[in-house]
Amino acid sequence: MEGTFIINGKEKTLNFNADERLVITLRNNGYTEVKNGCSEGECGACMILLDEKPVHSCQIFTASVQNKNIKTVKGIGDLHLPHIIQNAFVEAGAVQCGFCTPGFIVATYALLNENPNPTEEEIKQAIDGNLCRCTGYVKIIDAIKNAAKSIQKERASL
Amino acid sequence: MKNLNTIGKSKKKIDALSLATGSAKFTDDFYVKDPLFVSFLYSPHAHAKILNIDDENAREINGVVDILHYKNVKQKLHTTAGQGYPEPSPYDTVLFDKKMRYVGDRVAAVIADNKQIADDAVKQIKVEYKILKPVFDSEEALEKDAPIIHDENSYMPIPVKYEPEHNLAAEVEIGFGNMEKGEKEADFIIEKKYSTHYASHAAIEPHSVISYFDEMGRLVIITSTQVPFHVRRIVSKVLEYPLSKIRVIKPRIGGGFGGKQEVFLEPIAALITIKHKRPTKIILSRKEVFQSSRTRHPMKLTLKTGVKNSGEITSFSLNALLNTGAYGSHALTIVSNAGSKMLPFFNKVKNIHFIGRSAYTNLPIGGAYRGYGATQGYFALNQQIDIITRKLNLDILEYIKKWHIRTGETSEVFKALGEGTEGVTQTIHSCEMDKCIDLGAKEIDWYNKRKKRITTGEDKVRGVGIGFSMQGSGIPLIDMGAASMKMNDDGSFNLLVGATDIGTGSDTILAQIAAEVLGINLDKIIVLSSDTDLTPFDVGAYASSTTYVSGTAVKKCANKIKTQILKVAANMLNSDEKNLTVANEKITDTTKNKSVTFAEIGSYTLYTKDQFQVQASASYVPKLSPPPFIAQFAEVEVDKRTGKIRVIKFVSAVDCGVALNPKLAEGQIEGAAVNGICYALTEDYKFSKSGKLTNQTFNDYKIWTAADMPEMKTIIVESDEETGPFGAKSVGEIGINGPLPAIANAIYDAVGIRLYHAPFTAEKIYSELNISR
Repeated sequence: MEGTFIINGKEKTLNFNADERLVITLRNNGYTEVKNGCSEGECGACMILLDEKPVHSCQIFTASVQNKNIKTVKGIGDLHLPHIIQNAFVEAGAVQCGFCTPGFIVATYALLNENPNPTEEEIKQAIDGNLCRCTGYVKIIDAIKNAAKSIQKERASL
Repeated sequence: MKNLNTIGKSKKKIDALSLATGSAKFTDDFYVKDPLFVSFLYSPHAHAKILNIDDENAREINGVVDILHYKNVKQKLHTTAGQGYPEPSPYDTVLFDKKMRYVGDRVAAVIADNKQIADDAVKQIKVEYKILKPVFDSEEALEKDAPIIHDENSYMPIPVKYEPEHNLAAEVEIGFGNMEKGEKEADFIIEKKYSTHYASHAAIEPHSVISYFDEMGRLVIITSTQVPFHVRRIVSKVLEYPLSKIRVIKPRIGGGFGGKQEVFLEPIAALITIKHKRPTKIILSRKEVFQSSRTRHPMKLTLKTGVKNSGEITSFSLNALLNTGAYGSHALTIVSNAGSKMLPFFNKVKNIHFIGRSAYTNLPIGGAYRGYGATQGYFALNQQIDIITRKLNLDILEYIKKWHIRTGETSEVFKALGEGTEGVTQTIHSCEMDKCIDLGAKEIDWYNKRKKRITTGEDKVRGVGIGFSMQGSGIPLIDMGAASMKMNDDGSFNLLVGATDIGTGSDTILAQIAAEVLGINLDKIIVLSSDTDLTPFDVGAYASSTTYVSGTAVKKCANKIKTQILKVAANMLNSDEKNLTVANEKITDTTKNKSVTFAEIGSYTLYTKDQFQVQASASYVPKLSPPPFIAQFAEVEVDKRTGKIRVIKFVSAVDCGVALNPKLAEGQIEGAAVNGICYALTEDYKFSKSGKLTNQTFNDYKIWTAADMPEMKTIIVESDEETGPFGAKSVGEIGINGPLPAIANAIYDAVGIRLYHAPFTAEKIYSELNISR
C-alpha cells in the first residue's frame, strides 16, 4: 500500500503492507528513533504523538493513520536543537541505556503540553505507559519536574 | 577529595543527548541492504529427542532461503556464557541439537527474505519427537532415577567436578575450622530453608544482532552484547572461522543486567552470512526473550547456624542448590558466588562449611544476572540474622555493626573461593558499613518504626526491615581491561577502550578518569569503546568490573601520556621537567611563569620538531576485588484483609568508594533497587505442568512503572579505596541484593509472617496470615 503522512511537520508518502503496524513502517523508513521493545503495547519505547496525543505506535495499523500528524522524538528536538525536556533528561541523569528515553520524552512532551505544572502523582500517571529497567524512575521524575519548571520560566520571560 | 576537576562531579553522560534525541544507534537501527531474516522453531516439549525433521514443505515457500537444524549444522560443543577463557561453564551446547531440553529449546532456524515469510515457514516444518520424561525440580533432578538431561558428550573445560550423568552441572565445597565443635559450642542452632525464583532481565531492548561482510570481505557483527571480545572468540571457535576475519562492533546497548553476557545468537547470524554471503538480522521478540534467552537462576538454600546467647555465631553451614535449567551457563560461578560474596561478611565465624551444587532441569536456561548469586545468598543470610537477633532480643543494626568485616581485616573465604578456581587473599582497604547502617536507619526512621507495628487505617500495618550486603569489584587475576590514547593537534585526545558501556555510563566515567589525570575538560576526550578492530581488549561489562578494572587501565594510560607531554613541554619551554605543573589544559613552568597549552603541544608534536605521535596504551589485571558495602531499608504496609503489600519507602546507603560521578552511581543503585523490589513482589516465571512458560509478555510478567514506585532515597557514603582509580570501588550490582530480604524482614516486622520463599505475593501472605490466625 501507499499512503501519505505528515511526519515531524513534513508530508511523506510511504509504502507499507496492509496489516503493518506503524512502528514498523516508521522504522523501515528511517525513523529509527522510534524504538521497538515489545510489540505488545506495554513498554512504550515506540511511543509517538499522533495528532499531539501519545500512542504506542506498535498498536496502530499504519493504514489507519493516513494523512494524520505524526511526531517522533526527533520532531520534538534533535541533537542540534534539543528541546528543554531532552536537556532536562540529560541534566538529571535520567538517561542510562536510553532505549526507553524517546518514549519517555514523547510522554513528557504530551503531559507538559496539557498540564504545564503537574504534581508528582500526575507525572507518575503520565509515564505509566513507559517501562524503564535501568533508572528506577527516580531521575526520570526529577527530569520531568525540572523540565516543567524550565518551561514555565521560559514562558514567564516571554 | 582534594582539588579534583572532573572526578566526583556529576558530569552529563557523554552519550545522553544523542540518546534523548533518538539519534544514537542501537543494533536494529543500523541499515544493511537486503538482509536475511531469521525465525526460530522452538521445542514444544520439555524433554524430547528429535527423530526426524522434515523441512521440505517449508523450503518450497517462495522467499525461504535456507533452514538450519541438526542435520545440516556442525555440532560443536561450547558454552554460551561470555566469560574469560577457558570458561568455567560446561561445554554442553551446540547450535542445533537433536535433543530438546526445555520448552523453548531451539529446534531449527528458517532464513528468509523477510520476517513474515520466515515466521510462516516455521509452521511448515514437521518434527517427529520421542518424548522423554522431564524433571523440573532441582532436588529431584539430583535423585538417582531422575531422567538424564545431558546424556551426550558434554564436558567441563576446566578441571572441576562435573557429572552430567547425575544432572550435576557443578559442585563446589569449602570448609574451615571444625563444624562439630562449633555446633557444640552453640547455645542453639537455627536451621532454615530458603528459596528464590526465576526472573527475566527484561532489558527493554531485545537481544539483537546484525552480521555482514564489509567491502574488504571481513565478517562484521554488530550486536547488543556486554562482551564483544568474548563474542569474537566464541563465534570464531564455534564456526571454526578465523578470529582475524571477524570484527565485532558494540553500538549503544539497551540494557544488559547480565542477560547480554550470553553468546547465543551471534554464531547463528554469522553462520548464515558466511553460508549465504548476505547480511543477516536476528531480533528476538519479547516472548523469545522471556522464554529462550537467559534468566536469573532459582536457588534453594539451607542455612544452619550455631549461635551463642551472646549472639556469636560458632558454626555456619550453607548448602546452596542452583537450578541451572537446561544448560549450565554460569552454573558453577553463580552458586560459588552465593558463598563467596556472603560468607566473608561475618568474618569472625571460625567454623564454616559451604557446599554449592547446580542441577540441570528441563526449564529455561539460567545465566548471569546482576547480583550473580549474591542476591540469592543474601536473601537467606539477612533473614537468618533477623531470626537470630529477634530470638536473642538484640538490635539487628547493632548486631551487624558488631560482627561485620572491617578495614584491615580478611576472610579465609576470599582465598578459598574464586571463579571456578581458588580466589585471592585480600584484606579490606575500605569499609563504611557502620555509616551506611546509621545514615540509612536515620533516613527510614528505624527506631521509631521497628517493632512498632504502626497501623494506618483498618487492618493496615507497617513494618521496617534491613538487607545488608557486600559485592566485589571485578574478578581478580582473571579480568583484564585495556585502553589506548592518542593526542590530536588541538590538544584533544582519542580514548579507545575495550570496556563496554551498556547504558551504565562507563564511557563517561572512563573519560572523566583520563580528563582528571591530564587536567583537561571532559569534552577534550573523545571516547570510542568496544570495537574489536579498533579498541584494545576488555573482558566486557560484568562482575562489577568496569570502573575498577578498566578505569585503572585508563588511569595508567593517561599517566603515560602525561609523561610524554611533560617531556615535550620541557623542550618547548627549555625547562626542567621538575618545575612543570599540569593544569587547565596547559603546562606551566612555575619558576619562569611561562606555559604552553595542550593545543600548542599537540601541534608541535605533529608538525614542528622531532615529530611523533603522542600515544600510549595500558592494561590492568586486578590483584584484588575490593567489596562495596550497602545497607538497604524497606518500609512496607501489609493489608491484613487481602495480604497486599505496599512498599512505602526504600532507602539504600552504599559505600562504593569514591563515587566518580555521583549521579551515575545513584542511578545504578536506584535502578538495581527497583529491579530488586519488583523481583521480590511481582516478577516470577509461571510454568504449566509440562514446563511451558505461561507468562511471557510484559502484561503477564509485571515489572514496575513509575506509578508503582515508593519513595526512594539513595545515600552515597564515600570511602577512599586506595587500590581503585581515584578511590573508586564498584556500584553496578550491589543495589539489587537488599530489596528481597529487606522486604521479607519488613513483612515479618509488620505482621510476624516469615517468608522463606520468594516472591512475596498477596496470595502467599493472605494464606500465611490465615494459617497463623
